[in-house]
Amino acid sequence: MSTMAPNLQPAAKPEARKRRSMDRLLLQIIGYIALTLLAVFCLFPFILVISSSLTEESKIIENGFQLIPTAFSLEAYGILFKYPQEMLKAYGITISVTLLGTLFGLFLTSMTAYVLARKDFKWRSHFSFFFFFTTLFSGGLVPWYLLIVNYLDLKDTLIVLILPMLMNVFYIIVMKSFMSSIPEAIIESAKIDGAGDFSIFLRFVIPLSKPALATIGLFIALGYWNDWYNALLFISNSDLMPLQYYLYRLLGNMDGMRKAMMAAGAVVSSDIPTESLKMAMTIVATGPIMIVYPFIQRYFVQGLTIGAVKG
Amino acid sequence: MKQSGFWNDVKKYKVLLLMLTPAVLFFLLFAYVPMAGIVLAFKQYNYTGGVFGSPWNGLDNFRFFFDSGDAWRVTRNTALYNIAFIVVNNVVQIFAAILLFEVAGKWFRKITQTVMFLPYFISWVVVGAIAYNLFNFDYGTINVLLNAIGLESIDIYNTAAYWPVILVIVSAWKTLGYGTIMYLAAITSIDTEMYEAAEIDGANVFQRIRKITIPNLYPTVIILVLLAIGNIFRGDFGMFYNMVGNNGLLFSSTDVIDTFVFRMLTTSNEIGMSAAAGFYQSILGFATIMLANYAVRKYDKDRALF
Repeated sequence: MSTMAPNLQPAAKPEARKRRSMDRLLLQIIGYIALTLLAVFCLFPFILVISSSLTEESKIIENGFQLIPTAFSLEAYGILFKYPQEMLKAYGITISVTLLGTLFGLFLTSMTAYVLARKDFKWRSHFSFFFFFTTLFSGGLVPWYLLIVNYLDLKDTLIVLILPMLMNVFYIIVMKSFMSSIPEAIIESAKIDGAGDFSIFLRFVIPLSKPALATIGLFIALGYWNDWYNALLFISNSDLMPLQYYLYRLLGNMDGMRKAMMAAGAVVSSDIPTESLKMAMTIVATGPIMIVYPFIQRYFVQGLTIGAVKG
Repeated sequence: MKQSGFWNDVKKYKVLLLMLTPAVLFFLLFAYVPMAGIVLAFKQYNYTGGVFGSPWNGLDNFRFFFDSGDAWRVTRNTALYNIAFIVVNNVVQIFAAILLFEVAGKWFRKITQTVMFLPYFISWVVVGAIAYNLFNFDYGTINVLLNAIGLESIDIYNTAAYWPVILVIVSAWKTLGYGTIMYLAAITSIDTEMYEAAEIDGANVFQRIRKITIPNLYPTVIILVLLAIGNIFRGDFGMFYNMVGNNGLLFSSTDVIDTFVFRMLTTSNEIGMSAAAGFYQSILGFATIMLANYAVRKYDKDRALF
């Protein structure tokens, strides 16, 4: 986003110019103040959680959560990393699900989008409608849930964390609109050289679609990383809990957490800093995203602006 | 003759059709097969009978859903929340986008835009944790601040009246970054000659924003708002569930269709009524999307969904 304010050359009378520089200054002042407030509004909750996670438990019990730790303590993180089995397991699940889901999802999304972008494909509009209709009408939660639980028997499997989110019509549409802009001459000349449709896709279309693949791949990956819904519906085995769902359970059920920790190591229940631990776990679950997102945000910006244009 | 033409085409597009097969099977299985499951809305579900073997019970599920008053409550909540979100979110996003465009400091713009984008990347579970930090009765930051200025603690998690305000603020917070990006893209694409012309005519910056920037945003606003209206009966489950959970004290002001359907399915085991409520939502959603799309099509054919 390079959005430099247009460099306007004042061409009017001196007093008008003076008046104008006044209102410009005023706009700059309003802009700096309002945007700073909005940025603080967006950041404040995270700072609150970070500092709560670093506050001594007894101070939280005494004074509540505070913006600046009255008594600094790494106790909560210490406990988390002293008995990390559960947390590491959840991390492992989330990382595997994110990697597998992104890999397969991105491949299938782009392969589908490629076929729909091929202008010589006779039934492209029929198939496009077949996919698009699912965004307009659905059977609702219950039939979908029963299908997965009773008929596909996927409850408490790793597959159920990956499969239902594998493809998304919106991503197919964005990818298709990107691939439609690849010059047809490239595909035509590859055809003349005797390349089949699938090898055209692999050898020409994929390399040319790298920016779109990065964008959609990151959207898919973020979706898997942040998913807790499929786990909420389908996972009860604690060995299969992804990170976000693990955090969800911990927030709602500290007793279960305590028991797990006491089973893992010989800690006494009262030693576990409940409140600061919740906040520390929130940071541990969010940390990687908070660190990585400034560097990948431009791909999301691309995806959102393409998506806004194409619906 | 026609038959052989069709089979010739199948042969011709064999590889393309094969490449399409995984996606077709996926949507068939996870989207079209569940549509057949809508029959459940008209059945008395039992586990042994399953979806197709359970006995029919006509419109009993719907009658139960509507007579209990739940239907009205969740429909009203879903629609009102979405209307509030549409209005507040778009106003704040447009405001932020205009200022981001006008403010001079390059680094300031970069940093504020990045910071405003942060909530977009965070899962609703984490937002739930943040809410807990803010609103918890004993340790919550809000109460800490209230006590600090000599006021009594307030019991937010047990008071339904606070939640409409809280949820509107949370939605604005979560969507500020990406909405701003869309509007900023629209502002950036405005022809700079228009600004120059206004400048020569002696317009000040505020007049320029009011007379050029904002009117030029109307097309984008209208499209985005119409499409959002199309989804007015779809509640954001992740948001409501993580902020409120299964806290019955708050249902009067926080229960939306999606949370209701979920609860009936998972905790109340009212499979039939849950399916009926889901079907009711699908029909409402379908109708509003068709209407919204019709309106978009009237306004700007190229930007219609279909």
